[in-house]
Amino acid sequence: MNIHEYQAKQILGRFGVPVPKGQFATTPDEAAAAFTALGQPKAVVKAQIHAGGRGKAGGVKLHTIPSEVRDFAAKLLGKPLVTHQTGPEGRIVRRVYIEEASDVARELYLGMLVDRKVGTVSVIASTEGGMDIEEVAAKTPEKLFTESIDPLLGVAGFQARKIAFALGLKDKQVGQFATLLTALYRAFVETDASLIEINPLVVTKDNRVICLDAKMSFDDNALFRHPDIRELRDANEEDPAETEAAKYDLSYVHLDGNIGCMVNGAGLAMATMDIVKLYGAEPANFLDVGGGASTEKVAAAFRILLADQRVKGVLINIFGGIMRCDVLAQGVVEAAKQVKLNVPLVVRMEGTNVVEGKKILADSGIKVITGNDMADAAKRIVEAIGA
Amino acid sequence: MSILVDKNTRVLTQGITGAVGQLHTRACKAYGTNMVGGVVPGKGGTDFEGIPIFDTVEQARKATGCNATVIYVPPAFAADAMLEAVAAGIELVICITEGVPVLDMVKVKAYTAGSKSRLIGPNCPGIITPGECKIGIMPGYIHQPGDIGVVSRSGTLTYEAVYQLTQLGIGQSSCIGIGGDPIVGTGHIDALKLFNEDPRTRGVIMIGEIGGTAEEEAAEYIKQNFKKPVVAFIAGQTAPKGRRMGHAGAIISGGRGTAADKIAALKAAGITVAMSPADLGSTMKSVLEGNK
Repeated sequence: MNIHEYQAKQILGRFGVPVPKGQFATTPDEAAAAFTALGQPKAVVKAQIHAGGRGKAGGVKLHTIPSEVRDFAAKLLGKPLVTHQTGPEGRIVRRVYIEEASDVARELYLGMLVDRKVGTVSVIASTEGGMDIEEVAAKTPEKLFTESIDPLLGVAGFQARKIAFALGLKDKQVGQFATLLTALYRAFVETDASLIEINPLVVTKDNRVICLDAKMSFDDNALFRHPDIRELRDANEEDPAETEAAKYDLSYVHLDGNIGCMVNGAGLAMATMDIVKLYGAEPANFLDVGGGASTEKVAAAFRILLADQRVKGVLINIFGGIMRCDVLAQGVVEAAKQVKLNVPLVVRMEGTNVVEGKKILADSGIKVITGNDMADAAKRIVEAIGA
Repeated sequence: MSILVDKNTRVLTQGITGAVGQLHTRACKAYGTNMVGGVVPGKGGTDFEGIPIFDTVEQARKATGCNATVIYVPPAFAADAMLEAVAAGIELVICITEGVPVLDMVKVKAYTAGSKSRLIGPNCPGIITPGECKIGIMPGYIHQPGDIGVVSRSGTLTYEAVYQLTQLGIGQSSCIGIGGDPIVGTGHIDALKLFNEDPRTRGVIMIGEIGGTAEEEAAEYIKQNFKKPVVAFIAGQTAPKGRRMGHAGAIISGGRGTAADKIAALKAAGITVAMSPADLGSTMKSVLEGNK
């Protein structure tokens, strides 16, 4: 789960990570009032969307008088902001963040993530702040420093110093950085974050080390123990179909194709998307109904698939292990009663209670094309939609 | 021969009285697995359909001599269950539970390193040596004893591969699901090492998916050390970047972990890659025939 910059800064601030003072606003007047309340000669107004590249896209600007802040907020709020990460349709800006401006001497990069290769949390730092870190990794990997944190020890002082010196920090900056890094790690662990990115981390002209930007993502699997963080979810930043699917504990990802896929198991679901593509069409979604799906869950999944106007055909691929084919068939029949099925449907079923499942579908009166195996099913659905 | 489990494996179920634990303990027992005990804190001294239940893993170990344990407890308690099994010195710890917080796994992994336990999972179907021992949630009847090893990050896609092999009359030595999470106990390379040393295993199907670099590392290992033919498949060739595809570990992040990169690495290591998930069995068949 992702959150907005201002929310990330609030969380980090609570852990003692140095962040600039700021206030979010949802209207131009609130923005102007927030600027006045800050009591600083100048402030940065930043569009809040879950995507990077806001500065280049015109979503971030320095202002010195309240009326300018109001006008700029009015220009942003309620309108889409298109960055290199949003896609051509952009994201609607619903909040702006008004933050005290900093006089920047140096821009650095600091990241923290779960490092799959080592099996620990790792710190990634670079002297190339403000840049796309993937680009730095590709072009100048020697400017990237990584340090793995022992989960039983936490950040050791020498590790913090090692990174600080690698970043070219001097004198009091080193100690400040060590304190910052320790606080950041505590925030990471105690909130079950999966990623924290500070880009840029800056050294100000008055010699302070602070987080100018902040991005935090959290481990969905750990949200059960962080109800406060779960509250920060912004449904506006998510696909409505995905939000609907999440209600039924379905794993759904919206894609751009026209063949709706319903599968049990994530690996098989991805493989089903792949085979649709191999036969010359594009999948409309990833959808894993899970292992022990009930009739209701399958019916909900089917409704979500058919609600997508671009779907020209549906492919169901089930390998029943825990999932029983008769339960799946019953769910499809239930859903077809509620939603008018006016696109071709191909079903491939194998495994537990497959004979019963096939009988339920055959007796239901729903027009079902049978796929004998994965390849046959993919071929048939692609033929059926005339792609 | 086989890897890790056979007819002599003595298996414990942690979370034996939960719905999932009951269902699969019954199914594993019916398959012929030697289910020797269960653990449910507070229910020690009772039994589940004749299988004795203990309060702690340590007690169960002493009383039953179990050398493997399978964990079905809910995600919030799974890490503790794994730690308890490792602390009790159980040789093989298999965690089926899906949804374990990744930072819990960071701790479990650190604690397990240097112990004598091997951890499989979490978020995996388990391990089976067909005809001898099934530990986990895979449907037993699709398997057939034989000499092909299967290692996979996915559950149902593994069943698909096994089913295709069985349909072609090709049996399996052991099939191991290593799990779809970012941090798992046993990785592709660990499983491959075991298959390499198993005299019965003649070839291996390795099923990977997007996310991480485990398949790239496995490709390098196979190129350097693996003596038997490998057929690989990578799920997620059509997956978009930055989106988690069901499995917590199936995400292309920072431009890394794409199917294309993995397939290229596997091919560069001389491994046969099936481009279609429908061709897993037939590709293995033709590879075996070519290697006779």
